[in-house]
Amino acid sequence: MIAIIDYGVGNLFSLVSSFKAIGADAVITSDKNTIRKADKIILPGVGAFEDAAKKLRESGLDKTVLEEAAKGKPLMGICLGMQLLFAHSFEYGCHEGLGLIDADILPFEGRLGKELKIPHIGWNALKINQKDCPLFKYINDGDHVYFVHSYFAEKDIAECAASAEYGIDFTACVWKDNIYACQFHPEKSGTVGLNILRGFCEIGEN
Amino acid sequence: MITKRIIPCLDVRNGRVVKGTNFQNLNDVSSPVELGEFYSSCGADELVFYDITASAEGRQLFTDILKEVASKIFIPLTVGGGINTVEDFDRVLKCGADKVSVNSGSIKNPDLISQAARLYGNQCVVISCDIKRVDGVFHVFAKGGREDTGMEAISWIKRCVDMGAGEVVVNSIDTDGVKKGFDIDMLKAVCEAVNVPVIASGGAGSAEDFITLFKEIPDIDAGLAASIFHFGEVQISDLKKLLKENNINVRL
Repeated sequence: MIAIIDYGVGNLFSLVSSFKAIGADAVITSDKNTIRKADKIILPGVGAFEDAAKKLRESGLDKTVLEEAAKGKPLMGICLGMQLLFAHSFEYGCHEGLGLIDADILPFEGRLGKELKIPHIGWNALKINQKDCPLFKYINDGDHVYFVHSYFAEKDIAECAASAEYGIDFTACVWKDNIYACQFHPEKSGTVGLNILRGFCEIGEN
Repeated sequence: MITKRIIPCLDVRNGRVVKGTNFQNLNDVSSPVELGEFYSSCGADELVFYDITASAEGRQLFTDILKEVASKIFIPLTVGGGINTVEDFDRVLKCGADKVSVNSGSIKNPDLISQAARLYGNQCVVISCDIKRVDGVFHVFAKGGREDTGMEAISWIKRCVDMGAGEVVVNSIDTDGVKKGFDIDMLKAVCEAVNVPVIASGGAGSAEDFITLFKEIPDIDAGLAASIFHFGEVQISDLKKLLKENNINVRL
Protein backbone atom coordinates (compact mmCIF):
# COMPACT_ATOMS: atom_id res chain seq x y z
CA MET A 1 0.00 0.00 0.00
CA ILE A 2 1.15 3.51 -0.87
CA ALA A 3 0.43 6.28 1.64
CA ILE A 4 -0.17 9.71 0.09
CA ILE A 5 0.40 12.11 2.95
CA ASP A 6 -2.42 14.54 3.61
CA TYR A 7 -1.19 17.50 5.62
CA GLY A 8 -3.76 19.99 4.32
CA VAL A 9 -1.84 21.19 1.29
CA GLY A 10 -3.14 20.84 -2.25
CA ASN A 11 -5.57 18.74 -4.10
CA LEU A 12 -4.86 15.03 -4.15
CA PHE A 13 -7.69 13.94 -6.46
CA SER A 14 -5.54 13.54 -9.59
CA LEU A 15 -2.72 11.83 -7.71
CA VAL A 16 -5.04 9.17 -6.29
CA SER A 17 -6.68 8.73 -9.71
CA SER A 18 -3.24 8.22 -11.28
CA PHE A 19 -2.34 5.40 -8.90
CA LYS A 20 -5.75 3.83 -9.53
CA ALA A 21 -5.11 4.02 -13.26
CA ILE A 22 -1.90 1.97 -12.91
CA GLY A 23 -3.55 -0.52 -10.58
CA ALA A 24 -1.71 0.56 -7.42
CA ASP A 25 -3.28 0.58 -3.98
CA ALA A 26 -2.91 4.16 -2.74
CA VAL A 27 -4.64 5.89 0.16
CA ILE A 28 -4.75 9.53 1.24
CA THR A 29 -3.89 9.62 4.91
CA SER A 30 -2.78 11.76 7.82
CA ASP A 31 -2.71 8.76 10.17
CA LYS A 32 0.76 7.93 11.47
CA ASN A 33 0.05 4.20 11.83
CA THR A 34 -1.18 3.95 8.26
CA ILE A 35 2.01 5.68 7.10
CA ARG A 36 4.10 3.28 9.19
CA LYS A 37 2.28 0.29 7.71
CA ALA A 38 2.59 1.53 4.11
CA ASP A 39 5.18 0.05 1.73
CA LYS A 40 5.90 3.42 0.18
CA ILE A 41 5.22 7.08 0.91
CA ILE A 42 4.27 9.97 -1.34
CA LEU A 43 4.82 13.51 -0.08
CA PRO A 44 2.74 15.80 -2.32
CA GLY A 45 2.37 19.57 -2.17
CA VAL A 46 1.44 22.75 -3.99
CA GLY A 47 1.49 26.35 -2.83
CA ALA A 48 4.01 28.22 -0.72
CA PHE A 49 6.99 26.50 0.95
CA GLU A 50 6.76 28.25 4.32
CA ASP A 51 3.08 27.46 4.79
CA ALA A 52 3.50 23.83 3.70
CA ALA A 53 6.56 23.24 5.92
CA LYS A 54 4.67 24.72 8.87
CA LYS A 55 1.62 22.52 8.27
CA LEU A 56 3.78 19.42 7.93
CA ARG A 57 5.51 20.18 11.25
CA GLU A 58 2.32 21.13 13.07
CA SER A 59 0.74 17.83 12.03
CA GLY A 60 3.78 16.01 13.42
CA LEU A 61 3.92 14.05 10.17
CA ASP A 62 7.40 15.43 9.41
CA LYS A 63 8.81 13.13 12.12
CA THR A 64 6.90 10.12 10.83
CA VAL A 65 8.17 10.73 7.29
CA LEU A 66 11.77 11.11 8.52
CA GLU A 67 11.54 7.98 10.71
CA GLU A 68 10.13 5.88 7.88
CA ALA A 69 12.66 7.25 5.39
CA ALA A 70 15.47 6.42 7.84
CA LYS A 71 14.25 2.79 7.85
CA GLY A 72 14.79 2.68 4.09
CA LYS A 73 11.14 2.92 3.02
CA PRO A 74 10.82 4.39 -0.50
CA LEU A 75 9.69 8.03 -0.27
CA MET A 76 8.76 10.20 -3.22
CA GLY A 77 8.26 13.97 -3.06
CA ILE A 78 6.20 15.62 -5.79
CA CYS A 79 6.47 19.30 -6.79
CA LEU A 80 6.50 21.28 -3.52
CA GLY A 81 6.81 17.88 -1.84
CA MET A 82 10.19 17.53 -3.56
CA GLN A 83 11.30 20.95 -2.37
CA LEU A 84 10.33 20.09 1.22
CA LEU A 85 12.91 17.27 1.18
CA PHE A 86 15.71 19.82 0.79
CA ALA A 87 17.65 21.64 3.52
CA HIS A 88 16.29 25.15 2.87
CA SER A 89 14.12 27.13 0.52
CA PHE A 90 14.72 30.78 -0.28
CA GLU A 91 11.06 31.39 -1.16
CA TYR A 92 10.19 34.70 0.58
CA GLY A 93 12.99 34.48 3.14
CA CYS A 94 14.88 31.37 4.21
CA HIS A 95 12.89 28.41 5.50
CA GLU A 96 14.01 25.04 6.75
CA GLY A 97 12.97 21.84 4.99
CA LEU A 98 13.30 18.20 6.03
CA GLY A 99 17.00 18.14 5.13
CA LEU A 100 16.98 14.72 3.43
CA ILE A 101 18.73 16.31 0.45
CA ASP A 102 21.57 18.58 1.47
CA ALA A 103 20.92 21.40 -1.00
CA ASP A 104 18.73 24.49 -1.29
CA ILE A 105 15.71 25.64 -3.29
CA LEU A 106 16.23 28.93 -5.14
CA PRO A 107 13.96 31.40 -6.97
CA PHE A 108 13.94 31.60 -10.80
CA GLU A 109 13.39 35.34 -10.35
CA GLY A 110 16.57 37.21 -11.23
CA ARG A 111 18.21 34.11 -12.76
CA LEU A 112 16.37 33.93 -16.09
CA GLY A 113 16.35 36.16 -19.16
CA LYS A 114 13.56 38.75 -19.21
CA GLU A 115 11.83 36.98 -22.09
CA LEU A 116 11.15 33.92 -19.92
CA LYS A 117 7.92 33.94 -17.98
CA ILE A 118 7.73 32.95 -14.31
CA PRO A 119 6.29 30.54 -13.15
CA HIS A 120 7.77 27.96 -15.48
CA ILE A 121 4.53 26.36 -16.66
CA GLY A 122 4.18 23.77 -19.35
CA TRP A 123 5.59 20.65 -20.94
CA ASN A 124 9.36 20.38 -20.92
CA ALA A 125 11.82 17.63 -21.87
CA LEU A 126 13.66 15.48 -19.32
CA LYS A 127 17.41 14.97 -19.63
CA ILE A 128 18.07 11.74 -17.79
CA ASN A 129 21.55 11.46 -16.27
CA GLN A 130 21.04 8.47 -13.94
CA LYS A 131 19.61 5.89 -16.31
CA ASP A 132 19.42 3.17 -13.65
CA CYS A 133 17.03 5.22 -11.48
CA PRO A 134 13.86 3.08 -11.01
CA LEU A 135 11.63 6.07 -11.90
CA PHE A 136 12.93 5.91 -15.48
CA LYS A 137 12.38 2.19 -16.07
CA TYR A 138 9.49 2.82 -18.48
CA ILE A 139 10.38 6.23 -19.96
CA ASN A 140 12.99 7.63 -22.33
CA ASP A 141 15.45 10.49 -22.35
CA GLY A 142 13.73 13.52 -23.93
CA ASP A 143 10.21 12.56 -22.83
CA HIS A 144 8.07 15.55 -21.85
CA VAL A 145 6.54 16.17 -18.42
CA TYR A 146 4.36 18.95 -17.01
CA PHE A 147 5.89 21.60 -14.76
CA VAL A 148 4.37 24.40 -12.66
CA HIS A 149 6.89 26.13 -10.37
CA SER A 150 8.73 29.37 -9.61
CA TYR A 151 11.52 27.89 -7.45
CA PHE A 152 14.07 25.22 -8.33
CA ALA A 153 17.03 23.11 -7.24
CA GLU A 154 20.29 23.53 -9.13
CA LYS A 155 21.31 20.83 -11.58
CA ASP A 156 24.81 20.26 -10.21
CA ILE A 157 23.72 18.51 -7.00
CA ALA A 158 24.83 14.89 -6.51
CA GLU A 159 21.22 13.68 -6.22
CA CYS A 160 20.08 15.07 -9.61
CA ALA A 161 18.77 12.05 -11.54
CA ALA A 162 17.26 14.07 -14.39
CA SER A 163 17.30 17.74 -15.32
CA ALA A 164 15.31 20.08 -17.54
CA GLU A 165 16.16 23.38 -19.15
CA TYR A 166 14.33 26.69 -18.81
CA GLY A 167 16.89 29.36 -19.51
CA ILE A 168 19.06 27.47 -17.03
CA ASP A 169 19.39 23.75 -16.25
CA PHE A 170 17.67 22.66 -13.06
CA THR A 171 16.91 19.43 -11.20
CA ALA A 172 13.75 17.73 -12.45
CA CYS A 173 14.18 14.41 -10.58
CA VAL A 174 16.02 13.50 -7.40
CA TRP A 175 17.36 10.11 -6.36
CA LYS A 176 19.35 9.31 -3.24
CA ASP A 177 19.08 5.73 -1.90
CA ASN A 178 15.39 5.31 -0.98
CA ILE A 179 14.56 9.00 -1.53
CA TYR A 180 12.98 9.97 -4.86
CA ALA A 181 11.37 13.19 -6.07
CA CYS A 182 9.95 15.01 -9.09
CA GLN A 183 9.76 18.77 -9.52
CA PHE A 184 7.05 18.25 -12.17
CA HIS A 185 3.59 16.70 -11.79
CA PRO A 186 3.67 13.03 -12.88
CA GLU A 187 -0.10 12.90 -12.30
CA LYS A 188 -0.52 15.58 -15.02
CA SER A 189 2.15 14.31 -17.41
CA GLY A 190 0.09 11.85 -19.42
CA THR A 191 1.41 8.35 -20.10
CA VAL A 192 4.99 9.38 -19.31
CA GLY A 193 3.92 10.54 -15.85
CA LEU A 194 1.95 7.36 -15.16
CA ASN A 195 5.01 5.34 -16.20
CA ILE A 196 7.18 7.25 -13.72
CA LEU A 197 4.70 6.42 -10.95
CA ARG A 198 4.69 2.80 -12.15
CA GLY A 199 8.48 2.72 -11.82
CA PHE A 200 8.18 4.01 -8.26
CA CYS A 201 5.46 1.46 -7.39
CA GLU A 202 7.64 -1.40 -8.58
CA ILE A 203 10.62 -0.54 -6.36
CA GLY A 204 11.41 -3.56 -4.20
CA GLU A 205 8.98 -5.80 -6.13
CA ASN A 206 10.16 -8.78 -8.13
CA MET B 1 12.67 24.46 -23.46
CA ILE B 2 8.98 24.61 -22.92
CA THR B 3 6.80 23.41 -25.81
CA LYS B 4 3.98 25.20 -27.61
CA ARG B 5 0.64 23.78 -26.49
CA ILE B 6 -2.31 22.55 -28.54
CA ILE B 7 -5.52 22.74 -26.55
CA PRO B 8 -8.91 21.37 -27.56
CA CYS B 9 -11.78 23.21 -25.95
CA LEU B 10 -14.98 21.42 -24.95
CA ASP B 11 -18.07 23.57 -24.48
CA VAL B 12 -20.38 21.53 -22.31
CA ARG B 13 -24.12 22.09 -22.04
CA ASN B 14 -26.37 19.70 -20.16
CA GLY B 15 -23.64 17.07 -20.18
CA ARG B 16 -22.85 17.20 -23.89
CA VAL B 17 -20.12 18.92 -25.89
CA VAL B 18 -21.47 21.60 -28.20
CA LYS B 19 -19.97 23.90 -30.79
CA GLY B 20 -21.58 26.76 -32.68
CA THR B 21 -20.60 29.48 -35.10
CA ASN B 22 -20.15 32.99 -33.69
CA PHE B 23 -21.45 31.67 -30.36
CA GLN B 24 -24.92 30.90 -31.72
CA ASN B 25 -26.69 27.91 -33.27
CA LEU B 26 -25.05 25.44 -30.91
CA ASN B 27 -24.76 21.87 -32.21
CA ASP B 28 -24.59 18.73 -30.12
CA VAL B 29 -21.32 16.88 -30.71
CA SER B 30 -20.35 14.16 -28.27
CA SER B 31 -19.73 12.95 -24.74
CA PRO B 32 -17.15 15.11 -22.93
CA VAL B 33 -15.56 12.10 -21.26
CA GLU B 34 -15.13 10.22 -24.55
CA LEU B 35 -13.80 13.27 -26.35
CA GLY B 36 -11.45 14.08 -23.47
CA GLU B 37 -10.01 10.58 -23.49
CA PHE B 38 -9.64 10.67 -27.25
CA TYR B 39 -7.79 14.00 -27.21
CA SER B 40 -5.57 12.96 -24.35
CA SER B 41 -4.54 9.80 -26.22
CA CYS B 42 -3.68 11.65 -29.43
CA GLY B 43 -1.40 14.26 -27.88
CA ALA B 44 -3.50 17.20 -26.62
CA ASP B 45 -1.34 19.15 -24.17
CA GLU B 46 -4.22 20.33 -22.05
CA LEU B 47 -8.02 20.32 -22.07
CA VAL B 48 -10.35 23.24 -21.51
CA PHE B 49 -13.88 22.62 -20.32
CA TYR B 50 -16.37 25.46 -20.52
CA ASP B 51 -19.65 24.99 -18.73
CA ILE B 52 -22.25 26.82 -20.78
CA THR B 53 -25.26 25.49 -18.87
CA ALA B 54 -27.38 27.96 -17.00
CA SER B 55 -29.43 25.72 -14.70
CA ALA B 56 -28.41 24.38 -11.29
CA GLU B 57 -29.09 20.80 -12.48
CA GLY B 58 -26.84 21.38 -15.46
CA ARG B 59 -24.12 22.67 -13.15
CA GLN B 60 -24.27 19.56 -10.95
CA LEU B 61 -24.12 17.37 -14.05
CA PHE B 62 -21.08 19.34 -15.25
CA THR B 63 -19.35 18.86 -11.90
CA ASP B 64 -19.99 15.10 -12.04
CA ILE B 65 -18.66 14.91 -15.60
CA LEU B 66 -15.59 16.92 -14.64
CA LYS B 67 -14.80 14.46 -11.87
CA GLU B 68 -15.14 11.56 -14.27
CA VAL B 69 -12.90 13.26 -16.83
CA ALA B 70 -10.29 14.14 -14.19
CA SER B 71 -10.19 10.56 -12.93
CA LYS B 72 -9.38 9.25 -16.41
CA ILE B 73 -7.28 11.92 -18.06
CA PHE B 74 -3.85 12.79 -16.75
CA ILE B 75 -3.06 16.06 -18.48
CA PRO B 76 -3.80 19.58 -17.18
CA LEU B 77 -7.47 20.56 -17.09
CA THR B 78 -8.75 24.11 -17.22
CA VAL B 79 -12.35 24.78 -16.31
CA GLY B 80 -14.45 27.84 -17.06
CA GLY B 81 -18.05 28.96 -17.30
CA GLY B 82 -20.18 30.18 -14.43
CA ILE B 83 -17.20 31.09 -12.25
CA ASN B 84 -18.36 34.04 -10.16
CA THR B 85 -17.00 33.45 -6.67
CA VAL B 86 -14.05 31.83 -4.89
CA GLU B 87 -16.52 29.08 -3.91
CA ASP B 88 -16.87 28.33 -7.62
CA PHE B 89 -13.07 28.02 -7.82
CA ASP B 90 -13.14 25.65 -4.88
CA ARG B 91 -15.94 23.55 -6.41
CA VAL B 92 -14.14 22.84 -9.68
CA LEU B 93 -10.65 22.50 -8.17
CA LYS B 94 -11.98 19.77 -5.88
CA CYS B 95 -13.20 17.91 -8.96
CA GLY B 96 -9.68 17.75 -10.37
CA ALA B 97 -9.34 21.01 -12.33
CA ASP B 98 -5.83 22.50 -12.34
CA LYS B 99 -6.71 25.98 -13.54
CA VAL B 100 -9.90 28.00 -13.45
CA SER B 101 -10.86 30.39 -16.18
CA VAL B 102 -12.90 33.50 -15.34
CA ASN B 103 -14.67 35.73 -17.80
CA SER B 104 -17.95 37.51 -16.99
CA GLY B 105 -17.41 36.83 -13.28
CA SER B 106 -14.29 39.00 -13.25
CA ILE B 107 -15.97 41.76 -15.22
CA LYS B 108 -18.75 41.92 -12.61
CA ASN B 109 -16.28 41.65 -9.74
CA PRO B 110 -12.59 42.27 -10.62
CA ASP B 111 -11.58 41.50 -7.00
CA LEU B 112 -12.36 37.85 -7.77
CA ILE B 113 -9.03 37.63 -9.60
CA SER B 114 -6.93 38.88 -6.70
CA GLN B 115 -8.88 36.85 -4.14
CA ALA B 116 -8.47 33.64 -6.13
CA ALA B 117 -4.79 34.33 -6.87
CA ARG B 118 -4.08 34.77 -3.15
CA LEU B 119 -5.90 31.54 -2.27
CA TYR B 120 -4.78 29.27 -5.10
CA GLY B 121 -1.76 30.98 -6.70
CA ASN B 122 -1.49 32.99 -9.93
CA GLN B 123 -0.85 29.85 -11.97
CA CYS B 124 -4.38 28.71 -11.16
CA VAL B 125 -6.18 31.85 -12.36
CA VAL B 126 -6.84 32.18 -16.08
CA ILE B 127 -8.52 35.26 -17.47
CA SER B 128 -10.60 34.49 -20.53
CA CYS B 129 -11.51 37.46 -22.66
CA ASP B 130 -14.00 37.65 -25.55
CA ILE B 131 -12.87 40.53 -27.75
CA LYS B 132 -14.47 42.22 -30.74
CA ARG B 133 -13.52 45.31 -32.69
CA VAL B 134 -15.94 48.19 -32.23
CA ASP B 135 -15.13 51.19 -34.45
CA GLY B 136 -11.56 49.87 -34.74
CA VAL B 137 -11.08 49.53 -30.97
CA PHE B 138 -10.76 46.16 -29.17
CA HIS B 139 -13.75 45.89 -26.82
CA VAL B 140 -14.32 43.33 -24.06
CA PHE B 141 -17.62 41.49 -24.45
CA ALA B 142 -19.44 39.75 -21.60
CA LYS B 143 -22.13 37.06 -21.33
CA GLY B 144 -20.70 34.68 -23.93
CA GLY B 145 -19.99 37.44 -26.40
CA ARG B 146 -23.49 38.96 -26.36
CA GLU B 147 -22.87 42.16 -24.41
CA ASP B 148 -20.42 44.98 -25.18
CA THR B 149 -18.94 46.15 -21.87
CA GLY B 150 -17.44 49.22 -23.55
CA MET B 151 -14.09 48.44 -21.91
CA GLU B 152 -10.90 48.60 -23.99
CA ALA B 153 -9.52 45.05 -24.05
CA ILE B 154 -5.73 45.49 -23.78
CA SER B 155 -5.90 47.71 -20.70
CA TRP B 156 -8.44 45.35 -19.13
CA ILE B 157 -6.16 42.35 -19.67
CA LYS B 158 -3.17 44.26 -18.23
CA ARG B 159 -5.24 45.09 -15.18
CA CYS B 160 -6.25 41.43 -14.73
CA VAL B 161 -2.61 40.30 -14.93
CA ASP B 162 -1.61 42.97 -12.39
CA MET B 163 -4.30 41.60 -10.07
CA GLY B 164 -2.88 38.08 -10.33
CA ALA B 165 -4.15 36.35 -13.48
CA GLY B 166 -1.44 33.86 -14.48
CA GLU B 167 -2.60 33.15 -18.01
CA VAL B 168 -4.74 34.85 -20.66
CA VAL B 169 -7.08 33.24 -23.18
CA VAL B 170 -7.85 35.65 -26.02
CA ASN B 171 -10.95 34.73 -27.93
CA SER B 172 -11.57 36.87 -30.97
CA ILE B 173 -15.30 37.11 -31.65
CA ASP B 174 -14.39 38.58 -35.05
CA THR B 175 -12.71 35.34 -36.16
CA ASP B 176 -14.54 32.76 -33.99
CA GLY B 177 -16.24 30.02 -35.99
CA VAL B 178 -15.22 31.60 -39.29
CA LYS B 179 -12.28 29.17 -39.74
CA LYS B 180 -10.08 31.60 -41.66
CA GLY B 181 -7.24 31.72 -39.14
CA PHE B 182 -6.44 33.22 -35.76
CA ASP B 183 -6.70 36.96 -35.13
CA ILE B 184 -2.97 37.69 -35.43
CA ASP B 185 -3.21 41.48 -34.93
CA MET B 186 -5.31 41.17 -31.79
CA LEU B 187 -3.07 38.42 -30.35
CA LYS B 188 0.12 40.38 -31.07
CA ALA B 189 -1.30 43.36 -29.21
CA VAL B 190 -2.02 41.19 -26.13
CA CYS B 191 1.37 39.42 -26.22
CA GLU B 192 3.16 42.77 -26.30
CA ALA B 193 1.18 44.00 -23.30
CA VAL B 194 1.64 41.16 -20.79
CA ASN B 195 4.33 38.78 -19.55
CA VAL B 196 2.19 35.74 -18.74
CA PRO B 197 1.28 32.90 -21.13
CA VAL B 198 -1.22 33.89 -23.84
CA ILE B 199 -3.50 31.33 -25.48
CA ALA B 200 -4.94 32.06 -28.92
CA SER B 201 -8.56 31.16 -29.50
CA GLY B 202 -11.06 31.71 -32.27
CA GLY B 203 -10.64 31.17 -35.96
CA ALA B 204 -8.58 28.02 -36.49
CA GLY B 205 -9.75 26.36 -39.70
CA SER B 206 -6.73 24.29 -40.72
CA ALA B 207 -3.37 22.99 -39.49
CA GLU B 208 -1.70 25.80 -41.46
CA ASP B 209 -3.46 28.35 -39.25
CA PHE B 210 -1.50 27.03 -36.27
CA ILE B 211 1.81 27.24 -38.18
CA THR B 212 0.99 30.85 -39.08
CA LEU B 213 0.09 31.58 -35.44
CA PHE B 214 3.36 30.28 -33.97
CA LYS B 215 5.54 31.70 -36.78
CA GLU B 216 3.93 35.15 -36.74
CA ILE B 217 3.86 35.43 -32.93
CA PRO B 218 6.86 33.63 -31.38
CA ASP B 219 5.68 34.76 -27.91
CA ILE B 220 2.31 33.00 -28.11
CA ASP B 221 2.17 29.93 -25.85
CA ALA B 222 -0.75 27.90 -27.12
CA GLY B 223 -3.43 27.53 -29.75
CA LEU B 224 -6.93 26.54 -28.73
CA ALA B 225 -9.71 25.25 -30.97
CA ALA B 226 -12.89 23.25 -30.80
CA SER B 227 -14.83 22.40 -33.95
CA ILE B 228 -11.91 21.49 -36.23
CA PHE B 229 -10.82 18.92 -33.66
CA HIS B 230 -14.33 17.70 -32.74
CA PHE B 231 -15.32 17.08 -36.35
CA GLY B 232 -11.97 15.48 -37.17
CA GLU B 233 -11.03 18.08 -39.79
CA VAL B 234 -7.63 18.36 -38.10
CA GLN B 235 -6.13 15.47 -36.11
CA ILE B 236 -4.05 16.69 -33.18
CA SER B 237 -1.35 14.05 -33.75
CA ASP B 238 -0.98 15.09 -37.42
CA LEU B 239 -1.01 18.76 -36.47
CA LYS B 240 1.79 18.33 -33.96
CA LYS B 241 3.93 16.38 -36.44
CA LEU B 242 3.43 19.16 -38.97
CA LEU B 243 4.39 21.80 -36.40
CA LYS B 244 7.55 19.85 -35.55
CA GLU B 245 8.45 19.68 -39.25
CA ASN B 246 8.10 23.45 -39.30
CA ASN B 247 10.61 23.76 -36.44
CA ILE B 248 7.99 24.61 -33.85
CA ASN B 249 8.82 22.99 -30.50
CA VAL B 250 5.98 20.64 -29.55
CA ARG B 251 5.56 17.51 -27.47
CA LEU B 252 5.10 14.43 -29.66
